[in-house]
Amino acid sequence: MDVTVTVNGTTYERDVEPRKLLIHFLRDDLDLTGSHVGCDTGNCGACSVIVDGVLLKSCMLLAVQADGVTIETVEGLSEDGELTQLQQAFNEHHALQCGYCTPGMLMSATALLRENASPSEEEVKKALQGNICRCTGYWNIVEAVKAVAR
Amino acid sequence: MLLREVEYAKPGSVAEALELLASNDGARALAGGQTLINVMKARAASPDMLVDLNGLDELRGIELAADGTLTIGAMATYSELMSSAEAKARPILGEVCAQIADVQVRNRGTIGGNVCSNDPTNHLPPLMVAVGARLTIASSDGEREVPADEFFLGVYLTAAGPGELLTRISIPAGKKDGFAAVTLGAEGTCICNAAASVNGNVRVALGCVDAVPVLVTADAPEGVADAVRGANLMPPSDVHASSEYRIHLATVLAERAAAEASSR
Repeated sequence: MDVTVTVNGTTYERDVEPRKLLIHFLRDDLDLTGSHVGCDTGNCGACSVIVDGVLLKSCMLLAVQADGVTIETVEGLSEDGELTQLQQAFNEHHALQCGYCTPGMLMSATALLRENASPSEEEVKKALQGNICRCTGYWNIVEAVKAVAR
Repeated sequence: MLLREVEYAKPGSVAEALELLASNDGARALAGGQTLINVMKARAASPDMLVDLNGLDELRGIELAADGTLTIGAMATYSELMSSAEAKARPILGEVCAQIADVQVRNRGTIGGNVCSNDPTNHLPPLMVAVGARLTIASSDGEREVPADEFFLGVYLTAAGPGELLTRISIPAGKKDGFAAVTLGAEGTCICNAAASVNGNVRVALGCVDAVPVLVTADAPEGVADAVRGANLMPPSDVHASSEYRIHLATVLAERAAAEASSR
């Protein structure tokens, strides 16, 4: 099936099998490997992307369902190689170790901060509930997001 | 994970969706997909065709009538139920939706998908029974309305049969509701849950203890524990809870939910 999708400002047209998950379409067809496959069961959130402004897990959507939508992935966060404030805060607060969950964490935190520019610690934790990190114990991730909160 | 080969159809109307579902034996409706896509990965379900309901505006929307009755489109997401001003007319709806999974799942998962999948651990089947929801099922023959306590027929089985579609859910006015659950981790899968509503008497619907929500009633919250004991529950044992422990949880959670409902 023909799918036309805009990812990080670029429009792509591809022929896609209906059974292909959106995460595999992004990674394998569009070569956007920033979004990760962690659990492939909808639990870990490493594949989180923003679809038409809504934070979703791209392992629980079919690529054909993305026809006509606008997607933001972690590759699209920084412009011209400049880290966003949030990415800079992750760096400064040592909010990653192995880094596997980081793309999803960044997308979830980005979605949160758009909706709520000054979240409480509790709200940050709630917003990151769908993202699993097996290294950091979450503490520094929450600290990084709080550092960007106004 | 690569799914088994599947056809994909995106109907432009409910009528077209019903036609697709009725004329293809292996067709399944795809709502939010937060359950179905995952069970397809595990090959626990292998539909030949997915009929995508996303994009059908007829199935969306949350409306509040003058008498306080809420009409919720089957494709309303958990996030929409949490943020909708209309849905606040029955506050328990948004409160329970806020306990389901996580932000990403709540942004996509739907009330219709939750009740139609009728996983015994789901949050919304017992809630629908407790609040006395009425569910509208469409088929090519027209529409019929089914009360929630007749909608749930078995594990993964509801009154919305092959070739049919749940289109909307009607919930009467009320505020005196409660919900209590013991879950795997904060806001994880329910080990046992109870939804309560006080309207004259106390209605408590128990989840995770049988194939379908178990409704018990009592004259007052104090009578709920006895009512649960009188239901002769025989819940399954699993790695998370023995049958006996689930009965204990059902009793405690029924009391908590009833106390919350009657305190409002």
